[in-house]
Amino acid sequence: MRRWLLIALLLSLPARAADLFMVRSELSFPEAMAVLQESIRARGYQVSRVQRVDIGLTKSGYKTDKYRVVFFGKKDEIEHIADKHIDLIPYVPIKIAIFAEQDNTILLSSSFSHLRPYYRDDDELLAEFDRWEKDLQAILKAVQDAD
Amino acid sequence: MKHCCFHNLFLAIALALPLLAAAATPDGAALYRQHCAVCHGSDGSGGVGVPLSLPDFLAVASDGYLARTIRKGRPGRVMPAFPGLSDAEIRAIVAHVRGFADVAAPSYGQAPLKGDAARGAKLFARHCAACHGDRGQGGKGTGVTFSRPRGAPVMAPSLANPGFQAAVSDAMLKATLLRGRHGTPMPSIRELGLDPARADDLVAFVRTLRVPPPPPLADDEPHIIRYDSPYDVEQTLEALKQAVIGRNFRVIRVQPLDQGLVPEGQEDGRRIILYFCSFSFLNEALAIDPRVGLFLPCRVTVVETADGVQVMSINPKHLSHLFNNTELDEACERMYRLYNEIMEEATF
Repeated sequence: MRRWLLIALLLSLPARAADLFMVRSELSFPEAMAVLQESIRARGYQVSRVQRVDIGLTKSGYKTDKYRVVFFGKKDEIEHIADKHIDLIPYVPIKIAIFAEQDNTILLSSSFSHLRPYYRDDDELLAEFDRWEKDLQAILKAVQDAD
Repeated sequence: MKHCCFHNLFLAIALALPLLAAAATPDGAALYRQHCAVCHGSDGSGGVGVPLSLPDFLAVASDGYLARTIRKGRPGRVMPAFPGLSDAEIRAIVAHVRGFADVAAPSYGQAPLKGDAARGAKLFARHCAACHGDRGQGGKGTGVTFSRPRGAPVMAPSLANPGFQAAVSDAMLKATLLRGRHGTPMPSIRELGLDPARADDLVAFVRTLRVPPPPPLADDEPHIIRYDSPYDVEQTLEALKQAVIGRNFRVIRVQPLDQGLVPEGQEDGRRIILYFCSFSFLNEALAIDPRVGLFLPCRVTVVETADGVQVMSINPKHLSHLFNNTELDEACERMYRLYNEIMEEATF
């Protein structure tokens, strides 16, 4: 009961800046994309796929600038999540959206703050969320700081 | 000797104080870069968020207005609240924003103006509602997004937003009406041919506008949508494909969960992702909020467990809550219904 009350309380809070990780890079889109993938790999992750959202849109007749979604993960972590936390399967591999904004590039990802209330008794998983968030922020900062 | 020690200690403290003070003073430029530049642009020229560098904006926006806007945000209108920033950090950001244009910061009294709200309502309907909405709900979409074609350089702000109403003073509203905002479609009331005295009436009416803050997520809202399938993985995938296509979505790809992370041929066939998309819906969603990439592509995962086969997806309503965008919440409500229809049909 207390758990559900806490979840209810946390879900009722307004959106805060910390819920989404967003950065602007002054690099052009191709440069930012290259730094992003390099930064992902530097932290031990593997890029599993790049979804070219803009290509699909353009082929369907819509006008758009460059827009991609980069999926990445670690084999062991994905296996662990799939075996132990089946409810989290839809959240993996982790993703970062990246799109052009004139000469700049914007990147964003989500924190795991919205999932924490559901797993508040699982210290191991919460530590995993901490580590993913730290890595996501470091990856995004690397792109932001690159020039 | 004792005197000499005290003297040295005093000198060391005196020399260290400015350094300590500098270290304690928040760096407005760095904070702006960290928290604001992604939406408002590095130079305040706008992007996903409205432009902050327009001289006409900075000439009427008081420091208090900017600070309250940062602290409380705009509920349901993308601009998030920053409850974690200290007052000193917010002051530093405001000071940095001030540097975008060479105009003096205005200062206003907080006394309410005594206009005629009924007369203001008529003026508002005639001159303001086309952009700001008949109830002051504001234009659609986020601020400016140059990545996609937009009809206006900014989206008209929601005057009825509780964050705006709490941040703005009557005097600042009046100053905006009298000045207009060059670089945006907002004219001054003089340019509209109105007597400047009518500004008080418009302000009185704007003060009556209210939209409720976005409703919180339901207490029992799960973060995923899940259905049990009576079929095996292959059959479930086929049924999902039919359900997706039947709703005018296109199947983009079917892949194991671990594809790209394990050597080819060694993927786990018990966990398969079906990606699908409707590009017209996607285009509409991007116009609402360019950050929707975090929802892309639409995805249902088929998972074989010891208890049978399940289909599952992220609950879009749950994720949407992070974006502080009421319009996106509405689109995600539609996506939620679609996901349920697709999964229900495929597992029936």
